[in-house]
Amino acid sequence: MSVRVQSAPFDVGAELQGFAQGLPGVGAQVSFTGIVRDDTGTLRHMLIEHYPGMTEKAIAAIEAEAVARWHLLDSLVIHRYGPLKPAEQIMMVATAAPHRADAFAAAEFLMDYLKSRAPFWKQEVTDQGAEWVAARDADEDALRRW
Amino acid sequence: MNVMYFAWVRERIGLPQEQVETKAATVADLVAELKAREPRYAAAFADTSALRVALDQELSSFDAPLKGVREVAFFPPMTGG
Repeated sequence: MSVRVQSAPFDVGAELQGFAQGLPGVGAQVSFTGIVRDDTGTLRHMLIEHYPGMTEKAIAAIEAEAVARWHLLDSLVIHRYGPLKPAEQIMMVATAAPHRADAFAAAEFLMDYLKSRAPFWKQEVTDQGAEWVAARDADEDALRRW
Repeated sequence: MNVMYFAWVRERIGLPQEQVETKAATVADLVAELKAREPRYAAAFADTSALRVALDQELSSFDAPLKGVREVAFFPPMTGG
C-alpha cells in the first residue's frame, strides 16, 4: 500500500510497470487516472490545495479501509497539488487483487472516498478570475453505496 | 493551539494559520469566539453547515470537545480526486 502526494507529474506507464510486480497471487490489476477537464474551453489552470500531513493520513486510512473490505494484495494512490493545466494528470489509483471484482470495487471505493474525505480543494482559474469548485451532493451520495 | 484555514476559508480570513489562546470547551465555542473578533471571521463562519473541521488532522464535528487538541483546521467540503 502506498500513498504519494506531490506537485510533480507522474508517468502512469512507469508506475503501473512497477506496481505489484512479482507479488504472488495477483490475478487482476485495475487503474484509474484523473485528468484536468476543461468544460468551457476557458480554463487556464486548476489549482489544487491540500492539507499537508492530514492528506497522507486520510488517504492511508481510506486505503486501510479498502484492505479490510476486499481481498487486496496492493494499492497505490498518487495525488498532485499546485497549478495543473487542462489535460494534465491530477491523480491515479491502482489496485491489485487475486480477482477482478475486488480490484474494480476497491478502486471505485478509493476514488469515491478520495473525492470527499481527503483534504484537497480545487480552484478553477480562468480569464474571468478564480473560483473554488463546490462539492457536489452526488459525490457525498456516492459514499452511501459502500 | 494552532488554528488553520484552507481554501475559501483561508481567503476570507486572510491568513493560513494562527496561534489562538482559548479556553473554549468545544469547536462550536471556539467558532463563537473567533466570530466575535472581527467581521472577516464572522463572514467566514457565517454558515458552519458549509464547513468541515479537523482536530489534530482527523475529521471531526463542531460539537467535539477541544481538550488536549493541538491543531484545529477549518475548511469547505473537500473536492479531491
